[in-house]
Amino acid sequence: MARELWKGNEAIAEAAIRGGVEAFFGYPITPQTELLEYMAARLPELGRTFLQAESEVAAINMVYGAACGGVRAMTSSASPGISLMQEGLSYIAGSEVPIVLIDVMRGGPGLGNIQPSQGDYFQMTRSAGHGDYHPIVLAPATIQEAIDLMYEAFPLAEKYRTIVILAADGSLGQMMEPAEMPPARPLLTEAERPSWAVRGARGREKRIITSLFLKEEELEALNLRLQAKLKHIAETEQHWEEVATADAEYLLVAFGTVGRTCKTVVREARQQGIKVGLYRPITLWPFPGPRLRKLAEQVRGILVAEMNAGQMLEDVHLATLGRCPVRFYGRMGGVMILPDEILGALHDLIADQPADPAARRREP
Amino acid sequence: MHEEIIFSGFGGQGALFAGQLLAYAALDCGLHVTWIPSYGPEMRGGTAHCTVVIADEPIGSPLVRRPASVIALNLPSFEKYEPLVKHGGVLVYNSSLIDRRPGRADIRYVPIPANDIAEALGNVRQANVVLLGGYLAATGILPLAAVETALDRHLPGRQRRFLESNKAALQRGAACVLEAVPAAPAEQTANPAAAAD
Repeated sequence: MARELWKGNEAIAEAAIRGGVEAFFGYPITPQTELLEYMAARLPELGRTFLQAESEVAAINMVYGAACGGVRAMTSSASPGISLMQEGLSYIAGSEVPIVLIDVMRGGPGLGNIQPSQGDYFQMTRSAGHGDYHPIVLAPATIQEAIDLMYEAFPLAEKYRTIVILAADGSLGQMMEPAEMPPARPLLTEAERPSWAVRGARGREKRIITSLFLKEEELEALNLRLQAKLKHIAETEQHWEEVATADAEYLLVAFGTVGRTCKTVVREARQQGIKVGLYRPITLWPFPGPRLRKLAEQVRGILVAEMNAGQMLEDVHLATLGRCPVRFYGRMGGVMILPDEILGALHDLIADQPADPAARRREP
Repeated sequence: MHEEIIFSGFGGQGALFAGQLLAYAALDCGLHVTWIPSYGPEMRGGTAHCTVVIADEPIGSPLVRRPASVIALNLPSFEKYEPLVKHGGVLVYNSSLIDRRPGRADIRYVPIPANDIAEALGNVRQANVVLLGGYLAATGILPLAAVETALDRHLPGRQRRFLESNKAALQRGAACVLEAVPAAPAEQTANPAAAAD
């Protein structure tokens, strides 16, 4: 496939189709709607299922039902719509059914606006619903990366029987950029359907998929199994990108759209002689903390930049545990961060550091 | 090479489409490119703009505070972006609708009576393409032929009947710049029609 100019929302939809999605249930909301429109046009042509639900609550429960049948099912929405899906997401997590969800984040809280935001970081990484679980959360910075992560999202969800969330934002959904599509993956054959799926019980023992366990020891057993699985995921599925970290004295940490903006900042700062690198988490959960901890021992300061009030910042603090000063620069309300703002904050961070690195370590 | 261009105008003037044409042409020339629109309720009757970044290496931020070039289709766009054009940059503007004296000495002003040219060609809605042609001629960033190819490939089906007139609009815009003598900042006249060549 040649490189073509793709709009983010449409690219994610096409990548999901090539990745083998069989059923899409959704409800329109800006800045995600082109994704749903693309699915509405393409899936029926391919003989697959598209259904515009009456609400996000209905859509996520349709996804739940289809996924229980061993079908590759997904939905997409933007922030307020994701909030409406939280109950269903928790049921899906409790039932250990693999699904894929796209959040094209917009400004909040509340109805907010339709401009880009990263304000759903807490919501997605902490659980996206009630109870003890974490979805796997993937944060693309370019349209090519969004395609590649989307394409692998179903195998990843099925490997762990978990929710995979692709965390985009309004700007990634609306922008256009050249990208290359992977070849279409063959659809699951009947023999490849999961052994736990409910597809008709004639001639075999019935299977039950549920998140209802009224006996406390049974529910605790489920939770212990979930926690063991999450621990395994946390150990094996951390992904990130590093730019110019080898000799870095300062480090930018940012994800998604702000992550790519920081690449411009690194280039401009290095032209000014500042040895700065970038650490860009690709998995937001599991957060790639151990490598960041190592980098925190190497650098003189970290600047976290996000389109929110400082949400990933907490994970950076948890990972670095005071090994170096950590500053934050954020914009909210759908305001996109421009490179010169981050560069300015980086200069502020540098100006506040003692000239002698040894002096810093003596600080309380 | 790292060029940032903002296209800005009233919703419906085709600022976003002109930016897309440039993005397609950049892709065909083997360059890296991003196109990012303003989107939202302001597009209904208000202003619409997009930012295109063209570079020979992977692009970080798709937005800039100070673009190298601005293509202003209407007066509010001229007023908003004139102070923001980078030092040494270019402001291409629709002099059919914008009656302003240049306010800066450190950027190049390229006035093009785009509405008049487009109207003379039979379709005032192609003023966006006239300005794109003028921009390409003024900066030489991509060959005109690359945008003609982009028109061939990407003009939506219902607009195909305008293919040849769009190409004419592109060429007339370019010719308007190449024929002008750009020694001093171009004179503005009170009567926009008089500025049409």
